[in-house]
Amino acid sequence: MSRHTLSVLVENQPGVLARIAGLFSRRGFNIDSLAVGPTEQSDVSRMTIVVNVEELPLEQVTKQLNKLVEVIKIVELDPAVSVQRELLLVKVGADTQTRSHILETVQLFRAKVVDVSPDAVTIEATGNVDKLEALLRVLEPYGIRELVQSGMVAMGRGARSITDRSIRVSRPA
Amino acid sequence: MTEQMTGAQSLVRSLEAAGVEVVFGIPGGAILPLYDPLMDSSRIRHILVRHEQGAGHAAEGYATATGRVGVCMATSGPGATNLVTAIADAYMDSVPMVAVTGQVPSAAIGTDAFQEADIRGITMPITKHNYLVTDAAEIPRVVAEAFHIASTGRPGPVLVDVSKDALQAATTFAWPESVDLRGYRPVARPHAKQVREAARLMIEAKRPVLYVGGGVLKARACAELRVLAELTGMPVVTTLMARGAFPDSHPQHLGMPGMHGTMSAVTALQKSDLLISLGARFDDRVTGKLSSFAPEAKVIHADIDPAEISKNRTADVPIVGDCREVIADLIAAIGAEHEAGRQGDYAAWWSQLDKWLKTYPLGYDSPDDGSVAPQYVIERLGKIAGPEALYVAGVGQHQMWAAQFISYENPGTWLNSGGLGTMGYAVPAAMGAKAGMPDSTVWAIDGDGCFQMTNQELATCAINNIPIKVAIINNGSLGMVRQWQTLFYNQRYSNTDLGGAGRGPAVERIPDFVKLAEAYGCVGLRCEKTEDVDSAIEKAMSINDRPVVVDFTVHQDAMVWPMVPAGTSNDEIQIARDMAPRWDGDE
Repeated sequence: MSRHTLSVLVENQPGVLARIAGLFSRRGFNIDSLAVGPTEQSDVSRMTIVVNVEELPLEQVTKQLNKLVEVIKIVELDPAVSVQRELLLVKVGADTQTRSHILETVQLFRAKVVDVSPDAVTIEATGNVDKLEALLRVLEPYGIRELVQSGMVAMGRGARSITDRSIRVSRPA
Repeated sequence: MTEQMTGAQSLVRSLEAAGVEVVFGIPGGAILPLYDPLMDSSRIRHILVRHEQGAGHAAEGYATATGRVGVCMATSGPGATNLVTAIADAYMDSVPMVAVTGQVPSAAIGTDAFQEADIRGITMPITKHNYLVTDAAEIPRVVAEAFHIASTGRPGPVLVDVSKDALQAATTFAWPESVDLRGYRPVARPHAKQVREAARLMIEAKRPVLYVGGGVLKARACAELRVLAELTGMPVVTTLMARGAFPDSHPQHLGMPGMHGTMSAVTALQKSDLLISLGARFDDRVTGKLSSFAPEAKVIHADIDPAEISKNRTADVPIVGDCREVIADLIAAIGAEHEAGRQGDYAAWWSQLDKWLKTYPLGYDSPDDGSVAPQYVIERLGKIAGPEALYVAGVGQHQMWAAQFISYENPGTWLNSGGLGTMGYAVPAAMGAKAGMPDSTVWAIDGDGCFQMTNQELATCAINNIPIKVAIINNGSLGMVRQWQTLFYNQRYSNTDLGGAGRGPAVERIPDFVKLAEAYGCVGLRCEKTEDVDSAIEKAMSINDRPVVVDFTVHQDAMVWPMVPAGTSNDEIQIARDMAPRWDGDE
């Protein structure tokens, strides 16, 4: 099994998320993470879907997704030539003794403290999966009280946009 | 030109503009506003069915017989959910269908209102696409899109759910001149390079088979298929969904492959070195255990749905395109090969195939106890009603026998529920077929189990002058399930006896199908003897002013052979119980 990142442009209409989530569960494909949001075009939403499948099932996922009328375009993003980010908010126990250590860690990871209370701090971090996992490993000993993480969003490197070429379903069999 | 009207009027106008002539449905609360202007439509004939499932299958039968989009209609909640089986059936068998359902008023959606069901959510996995319309202004566009999606590419069902307030709202009507969906652009034209590669493999192959599926019928490519078959001299097999796509009488036809296929068809696929799959999808009922299916064969797979290609079996040459165009291009490419002096040589293959054809023809035994062989009834029916009639089967043993023992010569003459295997398909689908093809003889061939699931539509047929003919192959049991119990469950017949056999005369013939037919305003006939089969069929053929139901009482223990037990390899095919074919020494 290997992780693949799919960028899926869809019509910005109600029910699209249900349709896509339903397709994955019906066809027995697992979604590792999913993020949805608006794009530079108001009538188009973009989903970043991370799936954990072999090569052949991936082809089948892509083809089945392409059959959905509301799916406009699918691009697989290669991690080597794309920027992939997740957002993490984590609440860590912090007293007067540990707080400075925690703040050091936050700086090292280029994260941010977004809330402080007498016995805890809330940290915001963005990065790829590996970086966020490393941060959490370092914070673990202080006591993680609460954790929330977004799905991955990703974008290809370079000047080109996936919406550049005329938007249409294009994936040869 | 835009005109002022209600959403309901706009919906009727939209259906008219889409070319709809027949609609099967039942009104109810949420869809009532639509039924009012429907009454005034001179172009649309609404046929009031007795159960929404009947409306759905009727729309399927209409679509399959005529090649046009079938339309069914129901109210919200239970009306809509009753359509679900038929929608799923249409999805599995790629039947072009539009289902229109009423929905509770938009303000009530999500409140668990009376007769509310999220039919769009429910049907997402069983429709090609579906819509919830709450704004009357969207009605013409949505209807135009629905018919476009249902009928193009790989056909399928589309559901349009319209809230009651959208039907009642004032709006304007303007039929869109064209449909433009940027996320839906089916590819019809095959790739020339792939076609040339396919032609090259076809010339080189020693043991090729044209594996023909329902896509050839949907693409109306039967004439082209025949040209290709005769040009190449290759053997042809037609799947359950493709019966009629190639004449059964044609000497190159090996019959149907699959679980109950002919020995020749099943074995030809197994031993083949090149499968040319045309609009077929390598269904498990055809391949048996996938890993041992046609182990030596390369695969050319042509389908209009890219997702079918390499889904179950990896294709060596994938061709995305409409079967008619693919076959036409293949004919040209093969012709070019011939002109260049390259010909396929399948003589050795044919001498092997001919042996199989001769040694293992389809057949059946006559029961020892003098009761009627069900296969005989179906065979005679096919002979007497002839190749111009339409045959519509339910699901089970009678369906397999109807696929085996009737000789199909023409496309569109065989209708059945293949993918979903829906018992109860036959009567309403025959009704829909007859409504679309009133001048054709339409025979439903049904089991006594299937028949009891949807026979209420006989009332619809009798009242609306839709004189279908129904042959009930009555073995008093759920025959195919019983066959599996015989073979795989030590003859323990758990809950498959419908006839009350052995429980005394009081429970036999419940229901009495002859009386039932008469109660529904049909002619009811009964046939219990082999020598009466022909006269019963002829009598039924002579009645054309009313539906006819013939109750053929048949032997209970007849089985469908050959058979590849589920989940096993096609190499394990049995011609009869515990009888494997004897292969030649060189096998």
